[in-house]
Amino acid sequence: MLRQTFLHQTAAGLGGIALGNLLQAGDTHPSQQHFIAKAKRVIFLYMAGGPSHLETFDNKPKLKELDGQPMPESFTKGQPIAQLQGKTLTCRAPYFDFKKHGASGQEMSTVFRFIPKVADDLCIIRSMHTGAINHDPAHTFLNTGTTISGRPSMGSWLLYGLGSPSQDLPGFVVMTSTGGGQNQPIASRQWHSGFLPGQYQGVHFNSTGDPVLYVRNPKGVSVANQRDIVDTASALNHLRGKQVPDPEIDTRISQYELAFRMQMSVPGLMDVSNEPKHILDLYGTKGADGTFAGNCLLARRLAERGVRFIQLYHRGWDHHGGIEKGLPATVQHIDQGSAALVQDLKQRGMLDDTLIVWAGEFGRTPMAQGSGRDHHMKAFSLWIAGGGIRPGITFGTTDELGYNTEQNPVSVHDLHATMLHLLGIDHKRLTFRYQGRYFRLTDVAGELVHGILG
Amino acid sequence: MKFPVTFLLSASIGLQAVAGPVRFNRDIRPILSDKCFVCHGPDENKRKANLRLDTEGGLAKALIPGQEGKSELYLRITHKDPEETMPPPDSGKPLSAKERELVRQWIREGAGWEGHWAWIPPVKPPVPDILGITDTDRFLNRRIQADGAEFAPQADPHTLVRRLHLDITGLPPGPEVVRKFVNAPSREAYSRIVDGLLASPHFGERLAIMWLDLVRYADSVGYHKDRLRECWMYRDYIIGAFNDNMPYDRFIVEQLAGDLLKWDKPAPNQYLVASGLNRMIQTTSEGGAQAKEYIAKYAADRVRNTAAIFLGTTMGCAECHDHKYDPFSMEDFYSMAAFFADIKESGVGYPAHTPMPTEQILAEKARLEGELANASDPEEKKTLEEALKKVSDTKTWPQTLVTMRAAPRVIRVLPRGNWLDDSGEERLPAIPAYFGKIDTGEERATRLDLAKWIASDKNPLTARVFVNRVWKLYFGKGLSRNLDDFGAQGDWPTHPELLDWLAVDFMENGWDIKRLVRQIVMTEAYQRSSAHPSSGELFEKQTAFRLEAELVRDNALAISGLLSSKIGGRSVKPYQPANYWFRLYNTGRYDQDHGEELYRRGVYTLWRRSFWHPSLQAFDAPSREECVANRPISNTPLQALVLLNDPTFVEAAKAFASRLLMLGEMDASGRLAEAYRLALSREPSDEETHILLSLLAKHHSAFSSDTKAAQELLANGESKSDPKLDPVELAAWTSVARTILNLHETITRD
Repeated sequence: MLRQTFLHQTAAGLGGIALGNLLQAGDTHPSQQHFIAKAKRVIFLYMAGGPSHLETFDNKPKLKELDGQPMPESFTKGQPIAQLQGKTLTCRAPYFDFKKHGASGQEMSTVFRFIPKVADDLCIIRSMHTGAINHDPAHTFLNTGTTISGRPSMGSWLLYGLGSPSQDLPGFVVMTSTGGGQNQPIASRQWHSGFLPGQYQGVHFNSTGDPVLYVRNPKGVSVANQRDIVDTASALNHLRGKQVPDPEIDTRISQYELAFRMQMSVPGLMDVSNEPKHILDLYGTKGADGTFAGNCLLARRLAERGVRFIQLYHRGWDHHGGIEKGLPATVQHIDQGSAALVQDLKQRGMLDDTLIVWAGEFGRTPMAQGSGRDHHMKAFSLWIAGGGIRPGITFGTTDELGYNTEQNPVSVHDLHATMLHLLGIDHKRLTFRYQGRYFRLTDVAGELVHGILG
Repeated sequence: MKFPVTFLLSASIGLQAVAGPVRFNRDIRPILSDKCFVCHGPDENKRKANLRLDTEGGLAKALIPGQEGKSELYLRITHKDPEETMPPPDSGKPLSAKERELVRQWIREGAGWEGHWAWIPPVKPPVPDILGITDTDRFLNRRIQADGAEFAPQADPHTLVRRLHLDITGLPPGPEVVRKFVNAPSREAYSRIVDGLLASPHFGERLAIMWLDLVRYADSVGYHKDRLRECWMYRDYIIGAFNDNMPYDRFIVEQLAGDLLKWDKPAPNQYLVASGLNRMIQTTSEGGAQAKEYIAKYAADRVRNTAAIFLGTTMGCAECHDHKYDPFSMEDFYSMAAFFADIKESGVGYPAHTPMPTEQILAEKARLEGELANASDPEEKKTLEEALKKVSDTKTWPQTLVTMRAAPRVIRVLPRGNWLDDSGEERLPAIPAYFGKIDTGEERATRLDLAKWIASDKNPLTARVFVNRVWKLYFGKGLSRNLDDFGAQGDWPTHPELLDWLAVDFMENGWDIKRLVRQIVMTEAYQRSSAHPSSGELFEKQTAFRLEAELVRDNALAISGLLSSKIGGRSVKPYQPANYWFRLYNTGRYDQDHGEELYRRGVYTLWRRSFWHPSLQAFDAPSREECVANRPISNTPLQALVLLNDPTFVEAAKAFASRLLMLGEMDASGRLAEAYRLALSREPSDEETHILLSLLAKHHSAFSSDTKAAQELLANGESKSDPKLDPVELAAWTSVARTILNLHETITRD
């Protein structure tokens, strides 16, 4: 294509090239958009550890009635159970009351102070279920649609399908925070590109220290010095390109330019000193300080700069014990930031084309585990908001004890299919051939959840 | 001939999809597999209309040879009615006009059937009577000539020497080796270089990268907290086996069933260490994990990966349903799993390690025993006895993962892969029924039986799969492009006869790996230039490709002179960004190594599956959770950031610069020329020299006015440069060295 133009510009000092397109240089597949997209990007607020649906979004009065009584065997017989295996199974009343909020009257537990303010913007799904009962495989399942390792994560699939519109940032950015609970491990495979080419992998941004691995110049190397190295290497690469016909050389030149731009732009991205006080107050953060709230603010800034998929992990939801104090402690870290992100995007007109998903990898048992609850894969709750989602509704139900999904069950594959749909992608047609088979994010399953579409 | 008939009947010769007769395996099977097998293939439960198109008998029911107009198969794929047409429109897999025409032509030509090529034992085809330096070249040249492709010329001598070194040992040649060959290039001189490289202990390190990806070798357990484990002796076994040129069939048997081999000689330890292969799985110790579930996961992991490693076959699908494309049933899957049912392990918990003496420990023990036997002085005896006791204490030995045996667990078919469901039929160890049966009489078949079946010259897959993967190391792509799927969905090899010839030749010559490598690099095809406008699809030219992740590192360290030549030992911890592991639950402390260990080859870098080294990850090294036969080669900004800013590469640049300044009296262009010889095995052009001298001058002046920056730059990395060198000079040359280490050409094997 633009080899001529490109080399011309290279020789002229690499000005003004649309580097966003070049992030995937070397990859020739066309954009796989199949229909008009409602959303352009995703911000996935990942509540790692497994938030209890029974203490957050799924009100179960019956469970309160049965508090302390044996869990009916009809629910649990032959079911996979995690740490409670072999133990006496007892119903445990929800620890918090529920209240209705907003014009929509959405029910949430009293543990939240801020998320209720955006109740009318959210679609709560109470009928989620997943395919794994332990953290690691359940994370892998929620991110890749399978528990088998080595498959691409949803952000990678999205970049592969749509490319990255960002001029100077990676298309898939991940940040993590902790606070209020246990720091359950999260492996980098959760944002890896698996068998897809490496340019689709998520890039982890640290909110403290070096924001991106290796993004800081070596000690003693000034910006000008680094610029000279990049320019000289590119000039020599360019000469080499005239000798040998290798398209990878042009790609290499453009990737160095993008790397340099990342070095220049990432510190500015992380520097929130130009954010007005009322915005910082809205999020409840002093800045990019590694907290979930700070990361939410950065997520908005990443979204503004065209990043396609932003995933914020908060590691602190594994409440096997001490849920009464532990869950509110975790909520305190994520409540205001989550709500602020919805509000802030809305006031900037960006909620219409941004999809926000708030979810953990599974729910928690209606049965007590001491003063907490065990892992539960048969039912959990999440909320989703923004581009193309019907706001102010609660979708799907669980049974009276919150054990199994009842009406409108939604699987992880259904969630993925619906997210892709809103981004303009037919999940059945976004495929990649590997080991002789066409793989997709939704494996061989996934139904569009019509009921939540706006 | 058929020509006029075809002409009359099809009324348009232009429609004919391929020149010459259609071949079932090359032309038709891929269409049927991709478009039809999902409903009309091996999976009994999903089969529609009781019609299968994956067998000769099944196809016979759907067509009449020679008469496409009376063949249901052809009528249905050309039917206009969406209710009747096949594949159904909602399958999203329509046939192209060319594919329909191929089917038509094939039926017309008699609908000849062939078993899937890769499942028929290879037979050595006759070597084509065509000009070519080696037999391999005669196969390649026949196809190149037939297709009218243009040959690339032989590569420049300096390119050849560099290519050979990077390909065989993964390390760049020294300038002296290049100079000698460039001054007097000949086939003999080339052959001597090849022999030298094959004898190098670095040969095994390079080949090990491929093998460790296949067997998913890693220094951590994988799941959840991903605790570190110790199995580097298995890695060293692999390197040693390649260096000792252990026959590939033996290599297979030792790894799958080393613990079952009769212990004659050499020492039994080697077999046990080799059997660590069966322990390379991911394991968990997550609280709340059910042992039964994970025992099922481990079993499936072994079946999936064993099939992938040795047979280039995807069996993973059959965990939950019969394979959609290949003749593997769920029964086959669980029968394979039963071979591994005797491996002693717990479903949840930290994996058990076994103390294992190293060669040095054994040598020391033997020495002490010898001295003790000859000692007469009681004092001396006592001292020796104590020393012997200490060295024999297994607690002081390193540990590794080996296969230990227990009474075989009962293995059942798990309906839909559901580990909670005990209703499935019990399975005993057996190979996939399609391949026949291992005859063990009344005895239960063992892993050793499985290993021997895989390593047999009757096995249609083993040699082909391995030869194809080795070929890829030297050409950037296999003779069959799919390195990981030799099943119905895999690509038809571009040179099936050559692949078979090489595979049979490999087996006939004792599964000799070094001979195979030699055979490949001695071809004229290997020696062709990569700088040529043709496509290279038929190996009419060489292909340039970026070095693998570990070699990007090794190459920079070698150029700089920092590289340690130490072979084997514990995995090492080079520089790594602070806090990279901190997301790991209280196991995230990284105690970086110091001294020589910082400069070891990439193959020795500690491999933690959840957070493997970010510089390796940036260059496409896999997590080692699953078998990977073909790493992708990407070209990303993160790679630029690694080469520009990772302390390893900055320090290498500093050492490279010192190396250039220590050369003695010469001008800057002289040093630059030497830099190019070291990094690229060639002389720089005048223009290149000019560009780099400008940078040198500019940075010399910049560092002169900011000597603090120069000192800071030189403080990168733990190695100290010679205090006699002028810091400003050294810093300016470090800029030049950084530039060279960042060149595309430096990380590319042309």
